[in-house]
Amino acid sequence: MTSVESVIAASTLPPPRDAFQINWIRLAPWLYTIGLFVVWEIGVRISGLPHTILPTPSRIFEAIVQYWSPIWKNSLQTLYTTVLGFFIAVIAGLGIGLFIGWSKTIYAGLYPIMIGFNAIPKVALVPILVIWFGIGTVPAVLTAFLISFFPIVVNVATGLATIEPETEDVLRALGAKKMDIMLKVGIPRSMPYFFGSLKVSITLAFVGSVVSETVASNNGLGNMMASAQSNFNVPLVFAGLLMLAVEGIAMYALMAWLERRMTGWAHRSTMSN
Amino acid sequence: MLLPRAIPLRERELPGAGLTQKQAVIMSPLVSIENVDMRYGGPGGTLAVSGLNLKIERGEFVAVVGPSGCGKSTLMKLTTGLHIPQGGTVIVANQEVTKPVSIVGMAFQNPTMLPWRTTLENILLPLEIVERHRHRLRANKKEYVAKAEALLETVGLKGFGDKFPWQLSGGMQQRANLCRALIHEPELLMLDEPFGALDAFTREELWCVIRDLHASQDVTIVLVTHDLRESVFLADKVVVMSARPGRVISEHVVPFARPRQLDILYKPEFNDMVQALQGEIATARAAA
Repeated sequence: MTSVESVIAASTLPPPRDAFQINWIRLAPWLYTIGLFVVWEIGVRISGLPHTILPTPSRIFEAIVQYWSPIWKNSLQTLYTTVLGFFIAVIAGLGIGLFIGWSKTIYAGLYPIMIGFNAIPKVALVPILVIWFGIGTVPAVLTAFLISFFPIVVNVATGLATIEPETEDVLRALGAKKMDIMLKVGIPRSMPYFFGSLKVSITLAFVGSVVSETVASNNGLGNMMASAQSNFNVPLVFAGLLMLAVEGIAMYALMAWLERRMTGWAHRSTMSN
Repeated sequence: MLLPRAIPLRERELPGAGLTQKQAVIMSPLVSIENVDMRYGGPGGTLAVSGLNLKIERGEFVAVVGPSGCGKSTLMKLTTGLHIPQGGTVIVANQEVTKPVSIVGMAFQNPTMLPWRTTLENILLPLEIVERHRHRLRANKKEYVAKAEALLETVGLKGFGDKFPWQLSGGMQQRANLCRALIHEPELLMLDEPFGALDAFTREELWCVIRDLHASQDVTIVLVTHDLRESVFLADKVVVMSARPGRVISEHVVPFARPRQLDILYKPEFNDMVQALQGEIATARAAA
C-alpha cells in the first residue's frame, strides 16, 4: 500500500534537475577540436609518417613555442594587413552597395562588371599591385580589400533591392522621396545582410592578405610559411596555418557577435503569442 | 432581386437648395475617376483598366469587388497617385492627380510592419514622411505618441505599442497596420484586401473595428476585396468591376441601416444581396 502511494507521488513530481548538468552544446566546439587533434596525433603516430610530410599536433605546438617570437610578430603583421584591408572593404563595400542598390539602372549596369571583377583570381592581381606599390604591406592590404569587398557590396545591394513593394507604395503614397525610403526602410533593412556578409568577408580577407604575403612580402604569416617551406621546416608551416586558423576564428566570432548586437531583431526567436 | 442603382449620398451630404459656389465645390466628390485607361508595360502591354468611371463622395464607404485580375489594385494605385493614367483624369480633393497625393492612408493584406521598429514607432512612421507633420514631429512628439496610443486603444491594442511587430499575432499586426494608415488623419483610407490572410473570427472582429473607425472618424474608405459578405457588411456602396480590362459594371447601394451588427450576416436580405453580387461577378468572369 505504502509502496503504491510512493510510486504515485514520485510520478507526479517533476524529475529532479541535476544542478551540475553539463551543457554539452557549449562544450562541443572544444571537445570536437580536441578530438580532431587527438585523432590526428594517433593517426600520424600509427602510420609513422615523417614530420616533414605531416607533423603531429604535439610537434606543431612544440614549433609554436620554439619559434614564438617570429610567429607572434608575423601573426600581428598578417592580422594588421587583413584587418586594414577588411576595414577599407567595409567602408567601400557599404558605399558601393548603397550606390548600386539605389537605382535599378545602376544595379543593372554595374552588376555584370562586379561579377566579372569577382571572377578574376585575386592572386593574379598581386603582381600588378607589386608593380604599382612595391612589395610589402600595401599589396597585402589591397589584396585583402579586393577579395573581401564583393560579398559586402552584393549583400547591401540585395538588402536595398528587396524592399517589399507594399512598403514602398505605402510610403510613396504619403509623398516619400527616394531618400526617405532609403533612410527609413532600405538602409535598416539591409543591415542584417551587411552584418551577415562581414563574417564571410573577414575570412576572405585572410585569404587575400596571406596570398599576397606569400608571393610578395618580407613579413607576415604567408611569407613566414613560404620561407619555412623552402627550409623543409614543415612543423613551422603548420604552426603558421594554426595561427591563421586561430586568428580567423577570433575575427569571425567578433563579427558574429557584432551582427547579433546590431541586428538582434533579425535573429528574433519565435517568442510571439 | 432588384438592387437600387441610384448614386448614394449620405444624408448630411445631400445638396440642399440655394448653395453658394464655394459650398458646391465642397460637395463635389472626393475622388472622381473619369474615363481612365491604364496600360502596363508600354504600348503593347496589358490593358489593366479601360474606360473606368467612378465617383466617391466624402465620408462614403465604398467596396470594390470583381473577378481576380480586374484591376482593383490598379484602381488603388491610380487613386493614390502611385500610377498616372495614360488616358482620362483622376481628380482627388478637387485636384487632378499628377503625383502621389499625401491625403491617403493605405493598408495592404501584408501588414509590412518594419521589424526593427516597435509597433508604436511603426505607427508613427507616416508622420516622419508627410510634409505637414515631419517638421513638427520632434517638437510635438508627446502629442503624437498620445494620438498613436489613442488609435491603438480604438483598435483594441492598448499597451502593445512597445512590443515589436513580430511579437504580435497576424490579426494584431493588421490592427496596427490600420493605425499606421490612420495616424496622419488621411481624408481617404485605401484598404487592399486587408483581411485576406486572417482567420474568419479575427476577420469579423476587424470588420467591426473598421466599421467603428468609419463611424467615429471623418474618413472616406475604399475597400478592395474578394469577400462579398465583407463588402456588403461594411460598405455604403458596392462597386462591381469587370474582368480585365477592368471597368465598373454596376454600383449597388447597400440599403442596410447603420450601425450594422454581425448578426445581419445571417439575415435573408443580406444573403440575397450577397448572392446577387455573386451572380453578377460570375457573369463578368464568364464574359472574360
